[in-house]
Amino acid sequence: MLAAIGAADIETLFADIPARLRNPQLNLPPALSEMETLADLRELAEDNQHAGRSALFLGAGAYNHYTPQIVDALIQRGEFLTAYTPYQPEVSQGTLQAVFEWQSMVCALTGMDVANASHYDGATALAEAVIMGNEHFRGARRKVVLSPTLHPHARGVVHTYTQGLGLSIVGEDLPPDVAPAALADLVDDQTLLLAVAYPNFLGQIDDLQGLADRVHARGALLVVMADPLALGLLTPPAAFGADIVCGEGQSLGLPLSFGGPYLGFFATRKSLVRKMAGRVVGETHDRQGRRGFVLTLATREQHIRRERASSNICTNQGLMALAATIYLSTLGKHGLRQVAELCWHKSHYAANLIGALPGFRVVAPRPFLKEFVVACPRPVAEINDFLLYQRNIIGGYDLGQDYPALKNHMLLCVTETNTRAQIDDLVGALSELS
Amino acid sequence: MLEPLIYDLSRPGRQGVTLPACDVPPTPLPDGLARTTLDLPEVDQLTVVRHFTRLSQLNMGIDTTMYPLGSCTMKYNPRVNETAARLPGLAAAHPLQDPETVQGSLALMFALQEWLADIGGFAGVSLQPAAGAQGELTGVLMMRAYHLDRGDTKRTKMLIPNSAHGTNPATANMAGLEVVEIPSDPRGNVDLEALKTLCDDTVVGLMITNPNTLGLFEEHVEEVVAAVHACGGLVYGDGANMNAIVGKVRPGDLGFDVLHYNLHKTFSTPHGGGGPGSGPVGVSARLTDFLPGPLVARVQDQGETQPPHFSLVTPPKSIGRMKAFWGNFGVLVRAYAYIRANGPDGLRGNSEYAVLNANYLRAKLEDVYKLPYDRVCKHEFVVEGVWADAPGVHALDIAKRLVDYGFHAPTNYFPLIVHEALMIEPTETETRETLDRFVHALRTIAEEAHTQPQLLKDAPHTAPLSRLDEIAAAKQLVLCCRPVALSA
Ligand SMILES: Cc1ncc(COP(=O)(O)O)c(C=O)c1O
Repeated sequence: MLAAIGAADIETLFADIPARLRNPQLNLPPALSEMETLADLRELAEDNQHAGRSALFLGAGAYNHYTPQIVDALIQRGEFLTAYTPYQPEVSQGTLQAVFEWQSMVCALTGMDVANASHYDGATALAEAVIMGNEHFRGARRKVVLSPTLHPHARGVVHTYTQGLGLSIVGEDLPPDVAPAALADLVDDQTLLLAVAYPNFLGQIDDLQGLADRVHARGALLVVMADPLALGLLTPPAAFGADIVCGEGQSLGLPLSFGGPYLGFFATRKSLVRKMAGRVVGETHDRQGRRGFVLTLATREQHIRRERASSNICTNQGLMALAATIYLSTLGKHGLRQVAELCWHKSHYAANLIGALPGFRVVAPRPFLKEFVVACPRPVAEINDFLLYQRNIIGGYDLGQDYPALKNHMLLCVTETNTRAQIDDLVGALSELS
Repeated sequence: MLEPLIYDLSRPGRQGVTLPACDVPPTPLPDGLARTTLDLPEVDQLTVVRHFTRLSQLNMGIDTTMYPLGSCTMKYNPRVNETAARLPGLAAAHPLQDPETVQGSLALMFALQEWLADIGGFAGVSLQPAAGAQGELTGVLMMRAYHLDRGDTKRTKMLIPNSAHGTNPATANMAGLEVVEIPSDPRGNVDLEALKTLCDDTVVGLMITNPNTLGLFEEHVEEVVAAVHACGGLVYGDGANMNAIVGKVRPGDLGFDVLHYNLHKTFSTPHGGGGPGSGPVGVSARLTDFLPGPLVARVQDQGETQPPHFSLVTPPKSIGRMKAFWGNFGVLVRAYAYIRANGPDGLRGNSEYAVLNANYLRAKLEDVYKLPYDRVCKHEFVVEGVWADAPGVHALDIAKRLVDYGFHAPTNYFPLIVHEALMIEPTETETRETLDRFVHALRTIAEEAHTQPQLLKDAPHTAPLSRLDEIAAAKQLVLCCRPVALSA
């Protein structure tokens, strides 16, 4: 091969790199065989507690749901796993049709007209919703209202993403039990959008009826960040007049995997589709008139619009969207509702028992699903240490980290994967701390 | 129709999995909370399996075909990495567990931070960005924050060569900066003189890809960096093309202030039909305080007897978090496994073979395909897919015809500065036999372009579908297969 190139040795091919900087010494550990590599990783994995070893009652944006075995088997097919963005549609119909089915299912869940292929996660999907709102008003409006019960990480990402855009972000300092109507009071004719969560970070299902009318009366947009698994049961946000519905799709059967890769989903009205970021697949036909699918509306995207593009997203979470599509196909219309109902019944069962323990109080001014807030007689960290080291239970999320008003308040999560025996163990353990 | 839509396979009452019965006393649902309809398909499990198996068979992937998609580094994705990412301790750990209980995950992330810093020649690394483009936004926001922190508020411009990937200018726009395009010189480098005249105290910095999107190493890279630094600007490196230079040169040693790595390119993690990726950023010492938080830190060295201990910390002037939790962890596991299996010499060797393979293809094709920049390339090269004596044949036709010879198409129509560009990146994992078959295919296609051009214009002939009508797709805008009435 070197002879064909006309090079004396491989080093010749690197002659354009300044010689004094070439071939630096790397301080990496030496190579391992495949067997040793796996052994090394097993050792690291052994150092973790995890949901396979302990009962888990922690949610707060990452949920332990059961995933049918076919999901992981199918996404590991090499033709899905090792392809890339379907730029050549003739040899990518598998990916393209699956994305089209995903978009259709997101529309079904949210009630919206159009959806995209994915965002990095729910938090970045929310940030892109804010940027889309900013584009929509072309800089004429500068205020964003964020509910304090949007996921704290999602709110954080909105701040990070928009730091160069000169927006003012309000609403987050309101108390965590604020009603949506009070948030609507902050919406004025300088506001581009109001974003609320459904269910919210505290597990509660705010009444969104009438909210859109108040937001729209000021000419602003309503963004609803939803848990798609909860949408298997709850009224879809489109029915409340939402303009954008986005969120974290991890609850649709993706592994916890210490926080990623997850799946941002994004849906909007047809009238706003040209402002939406991300890949979009559309139906078309080939030269013989056979139905097929292609990436469409590319003129919105970075590779065409370059410095006029409002989003730079390129690689997305394709395989995770495929996993969620297979999950939704497998559970189907009744199965998804059944999972959501199991979460409803089990979380209420747990809340009823815990709320009856002396010293503990369930704070649930509104209906909740899957997660609920418990006021505790001791610091949450102390309770969690007891649960883990004495009872092999991974306890809830310490809300005091994000809300000073919720010091000593724990967010507990109960899904279909928590058996009655696990819940009873949790209640028994907590009763010792009363 | 190749395969029906999953919705068309739906029959009332079917379901692909059984769920446990409710083992607690039920709590009634309040009125008005529940939806009345849910338009998801109802399908039995075997039908789901066949549907998605058949769909997969309509795809080309690295596992089936050489996939020389330039700028994307479509190398083999080792299967052992898939096993590693699915180990229960890694796959079933919750991101918000007490750090004390996830020391394995944190140790892995800490090691990867250190290794990437070493490979890039940087003082700090954040694993948070989810892809290359998000790494770019991370880096550009840090550059902006750095200037503002020094009270230097005049800087609003980002310099970007005209060969850059679209994500670079789009990123600068997202950060609220003005993009100033820099021309390229006749050898494919940044035009140094043009750059120098644009460097002043309004410049945030330069975004540069090296090797660039032509597959060429920047011949004056040190002068380019010096010019930007001289005006107080910072240099951002788009590391999409790191596969050419791992172990050969460290961007930090070249003076880059920040760079994103693409773990889904250089470090072999699968592209998944579009993602997930991972785009960690490395930074020089003056930017470490601005890294997105949190990072993994080693705490209180307890000496030789105690195992090291890790925690999550946020740098003092952090730009904030880029995504929920800590990064695309499952992708990090795969990249960790790849670096661990290859070691320093293996990684260097991979870059050497990636460059050897690309130059071999270049040498074997340059007499039939025009090379606009005819010099030693790095891991990829760009040819013009057009001939004066074969009018009507375009790069796209060549790309589609390659499919008939059993290859995925190269990247086409990028970079924009090459007419009818075909960007070819073989990677190190293709054998010489495969490369020779690829050469044969491209040489045959060049002949066909002159003798039977219609063969190219009608290609592909062997794919599941012939060419698709993209204009019709954009016009009719059918993006969803169900009628949705609610938000109208
Ligand atoms: C040169 C270059 N820069 C940036 C990117 C963006 O990276 P990602 O797709 O991981 O966001 C790409 C991706 O294709 C690229 O080729």
